[in-house]
Amino acid sequence: MIEGILIGLNTALSLKNILMVMMGCFFGTIIGMLPGLGPMTAIALMIPITYGFDPATGLILMAGVYYGAVFGGSTSSILINAPGVPGTVATSFDGYPMAQQGKAGKALAIAAYSSFAGGTIAAIFLLFAAPSLSKVSLAFRSPDYFALMVLGLTAVSAFSAKGQFLKAMMMAVLGLMLATVGQDTLSDIPRFVFNNMNLSDGISFVLVVMATFAMSEALTIILKGTDPSSAAKAISLKELGSIKLDKDETKKTLKTIPRSSIIGFIVGVLPGAGSTIASFLAYGMERNFVNKEEKEKFGKGSVHGLSAPETANNAACSGSFVPLLTLGIPGSGTTAVMLGALLGFGIQPGPRLYMTNPEIFWSVIMSMYIGMVVLLILNLPLIPYIARILAVPRTFLIPMILFFSVTGIYLMSFNTFDIFLMIGIAVVATGLRLYKFPMPPLILAFVLGGLMEENLRRSLLISDGSFNFLWDRPLTAIILVFTILIFSWQSYLSLKTK
Amino acid sequence: MKISSVKIISLLFFVLSAFYLYTAYQIQVFSFDENAPFNAKTFPIYLGYTGMLLSALRMILPEKTVEEVNHRVLDYKKVILLVVTMIFYGFTILRVGFFLSTSIFLLFAYYFLGERRWKWMLLFSFPFVALFMLLLHGVLDIYLRDPLLKYLGIIG
Repeated sequence: MIEGILIGLNTALSLKNILMVMMGCFFGTIIGMLPGLGPMTAIALMIPITYGFDPATGLILMAGVYYGAVFGGSTSSILINAPGVPGTVATSFDGYPMAQQGKAGKALAIAAYSSFAGGTIAAIFLLFAAPSLSKVSLAFRSPDYFALMVLGLTAVSAFSAKGQFLKAMMMAVLGLMLATVGQDTLSDIPRFVFNNMNLSDGISFVLVVMATFAMSEALTIILKGTDPSSAAKAISLKELGSIKLDKDETKKTLKTIPRSSIIGFIVGVLPGAGSTIASFLAYGMERNFVNKEEKEKFGKGSVHGLSAPETANNAACSGSFVPLLTLGIPGSGTTAVMLGALLGFGIQPGPRLYMTNPEIFWSVIMSMYIGMVVLLILNLPLIPYIARILAVPRTFLIPMILFFSVTGIYLMSFNTFDIFLMIGIAVVATGLRLYKFPMPPLILAFVLGGLMEENLRRSLLISDGSFNFLWDRPLTAIILVFTILIFSWQSYLSLKTK
Repeated sequence: MKISSVKIISLLFFVLSAFYLYTAYQIQVFSFDENAPFNAKTFPIYLGYTGMLLSALRMILPEKTVEEVNHRVLDYKKVILLVVTMIFYGFTILRVGFFLSTSIFLLFAYYFLGERRWKWMLLFSFPFVALFMLLLHGVLDIYLRDPLLKYLGIIG
């Protein structure tokens, strides 16, 4: 492991990669701050650029964007009570009241220190958990992988939006359907191409991500007439106050960080759960941990109440890399985008990744520490100025997002058909968003589609067409039981309220 | 009886799944693969049935909360204008070239969204695109086809 850490440090500490982390954190912070635009949009916009670099650098850049976007989301939650990402909603419960009390600077500092500590502690867990889990996951066979992917899709659908389970499952099926367009990987038989040569290679992953996130989010902002920059214009640099914490605040933050880091990491590792659930769970748990006097401060500007979700959401970000790096199966929409990008580089994440491509495996883990330091040193003092950049009116912001989306896909294929297909998917996605059809299950399913079919193929061929493979191996059966439990629980919840 | 929009979308998804299933059955597999436990159409067939089942469930089951959207407050005009501009951009990007088509796309997009500060609009269109192209050509070494700039002798 020491050798791996050194390889990772060597790659991550190269000047180019440090610059990439800085750039990623900075860009991610800006996008993450904008209400409605989250880490997936930020990463989607970055993918075409990453293809100009080697895989390790590309992934380091995307990891930086991810952390930056989560941190940016916290900033808008605290300053303007408009969480940029769902994972920072809980941050606004106590962050915004603190800002209203004239302690915005302190709230931002608590958020930054908690994010830093949560992310760093979770990265240490990841350092030890990932190689061990990789060894365990070598025992996984095709039926286990297939069952795990079904579990991942069910879990993401269950957690993506409250009471929208069936809608989310429909989106997952739609994602799988889109993934089947093009030639069959084994027999090269064309499927769903309708005699169109442009579809014979299938639909590009970048195209789907850009259309369903960057472009459709931009169109939704215009459709709803919201202006993400208006609130940012109201931020006064003088009203932020000091960013220095007193002894009591530091003590409270230090108490909260360890327990919230553990909660965040564990929830992050679970498929589908992600930073949103981690932050809410940590907030709720923290409320139970503190004394009665502190409990009453929750929702009115509590240090514990701000520190807990901030620690947990960043810890969950690191945790979500565990299934991606060790099993090759993303547990969230954002890591699904990263998996897609890695596949684009010709790299298959999974248990053998740390043996076949140790520089990628370890440099991503090492870059997490660097990313955290960058967020703390660079972003915290720069936040008021970054917030000023956000005052860019939407009349300029939206065309820029559309421009980067169209150009991004054009640069990858130099084919105008892809531009039209992307516009078409974006229009449909915008309509679906209006009726709260969640997009992350679609992306996850689209990315997993090929792998899922491949593992189902192997399983069915081995079992001679029988579905016994689903319960022949204890591991497959256990995963399947979890899937059935989630499905039944979600169905029960829907029926109960009716 | 008023049918909710989500149920209509579910019905559309049901039709799409049925069409997908029909097309899946039409996939021509190799004759030796026809009776294999798994061939090119097995997975799509399962997907088609799953899609139909889920959308049917969504249509049949009663709704907890009816998701309705107030279409009067939505700015369809601007979205349609932007989509049309993007389609036009798609048509011109290869023929006219990246520089001119992108700059014009940005100018129109700013204008349609209500921007009227021409100085800023011009600055964030032509010079911005030129800078972007310089970054792509000079730093990232990505070639962009541009017949106009080639004709003018600006790029090779």
